[in-house]
Amino acid sequence: MPPALQIEQLSKTYESGFKALNSVNLTIERGELFALLGPNGAGKTTLISVICGLVRASAGTVRVHGHHWTEEYRTARRLIGLVPQELTTESFETVSATVNFSRGLYGLPKDPARIEQILKDLSLWEKRNSRIMTLSGGMKRRVLIAKALAHEPKVLFLDEPTAGVDVELRRDMWDVVRRLKASGVTIILTTHYIEEAEEMADRVGVITKGEIILVEEKNALMRKLGRKQLVLQLAEPLARLPESLTAYDLTLAEAGDELTYTYDSQGERTGITTLMSDLREAGVHFRDLQTKQDSLEKIFVNLVRQSQ
Amino acid sequence: MNLHAIRAIYMFEMARTGRTLFQSIVSPVISTSLYFVVFGAAIGSRISEVDGISYGAFIVPGLTMLSLLTQSLSNASFGIFFPRFTGTIFEVLSSPVSYVEIVVGYVGAAATKAMMVGVIILLTANLFVDMRIEHPAWMVLFFVLTAVTFSMLGFIIGIWAKNFEQLQFVPLLIVTPLTFLGGSFYSIRMLPEFWQTVTLFNPVVYLVSGFRWSFYGQADVSVGLSLAMTLVFFVACLGVVAWIFKTGYRLKS
Repeated sequence: MPPALQIEQLSKTYESGFKALNSVNLTIERGELFALLGPNGAGKTTLISVICGLVRASAGTVRVHGHHWTEEYRTARRLIGLVPQELTTESFETVSATVNFSRGLYGLPKDPARIEQILKDLSLWEKRNSRIMTLSGGMKRRVLIAKALAHEPKVLFLDEPTAGVDVELRRDMWDVVRRLKASGVTIILTTHYIEEAEEMADRVGVITKGEIILVEEKNALMRKLGRKQLVLQLAEPLARLPESLTAYDLTLAEAGDELTYTYDSQGERTGITTLMSDLREAGVHFRDLQTKQDSLEKIFVNLVRQSQ
Repeated sequence: MNLHAIRAIYMFEMARTGRTLFQSIVSPVISTSLYFVVFGAAIGSRISEVDGISYGAFIVPGLTMLSLLTQSLSNASFGIFFPRFTGTIFEVLSSPVSYVEIVVGYVGAAATKAMMVGVIILLTANLFVDMRIEHPAWMVLFFVLTAVTFSMLGFIIGIWAKNFEQLQFVPLLIVTPLTFLGGSFYSIRMLPEFWQTVTLFNPVVYLVSGFRWSFYGQADVSVGLSLAMTLVFFVACLGVVAWIFKTGYRLKS
């Protein structure tokens, strides 16, 4: 079975000479949720636009479920749903009219039951006869998702779907994404909210300056690159760090009541055992401790910084 | 052939007419009636006949053409410009729809609306003057061909225009003068000889002349030439539309 998406040597140089994509290779398996992270202007939207046929590639190929994306554009595009980053909606049309329009564009006959289900899943059913311009930004975002789902795509692109959406709506939307994933839809997501990628994604790709600099299973990535912190709540505040402990990567909180030790959880030695005995020798006692792992965000920021 | 897509685009465009019924239908009827009052009654009463036809009846084909041209242009140019302007065009461009289907949908809807207005104007005119249609089949041919050709020209303008000013520019500064100078309100034989020659470079002359011939059997230029010129214009527009989609001009970077 060919993968959901196979991208080979994909490049895009705009007329201005700006190289937005540089030989991108990426394979996305069916049914996975792939999070594409990258700073602004890294090429995320260009990559999606090239795959969806909105921007011409300068070189390379894309296959969707094995179908060439320009030679077999009808088959390939029918498999794809796109929720764009910008809130590009009609103004005067009603919600149900615009969603039905989308289904028709993809060559499918009307299916009122299916459209009703989609609108209900997205809490749009009550608004089905409202003109789109009367809806809030969050509701418009839902309309865009409903339009993208109207033709039952197998591969769904969500380009920053939760940008500028309030917390409650964002949570709702993630429920929708989880349901879609459970139904077997492949989802490619770009986001600025890294905690979402951290929570939802199976794999994470990092793109910067038009190049994919890393593709990794999320859990493996966090294990591999994650630094851990051991936080000790001290029994008695310290004025400053004892001399005997300066060799360790320790920071003392300003109030002197908390000591943080940073270590590599994947390293051969974490150094925790020796730290403990050295602490005892130095007469430092603690009443509680906890460990913290780096967030994906920190990993991401470090990666992008390294590549620059 | 993605017939569902053509239908979706066509119906979507037609639905816009439904919402703006007043502007779409009522305003051309009012303006045409005004033309009849001013040109037909006020001025026409002093020009008894042109080529043996009462002046009021003489201007009916030209007036219908004038509306057909401007309606085709504005419907089609707006129909494709607006989704470009709002960005909703992304959906059409990323869907499994061929260029031919996109054009059939947008141009078909624009031409249909223009022809609806044209028919209404003919019916309105019928209230003011006695008119006859000697060659109905030719009349329908010129009617449809003109609506489709100018809808395609409108489509081209809608893709070319970068802003609303440019969208208005071609209809206002080029097409309206060409129509007024194209023999809508007079026979070009009424012009001095030099201007008659100049007028032959105006494509609208051929449309109006052919169309008027199908009504009264009278023409400024031969009907064969009229049809040939209309077809040339049609093919030219078709060529430009094909080029637009081949290169992605102002649609894809």
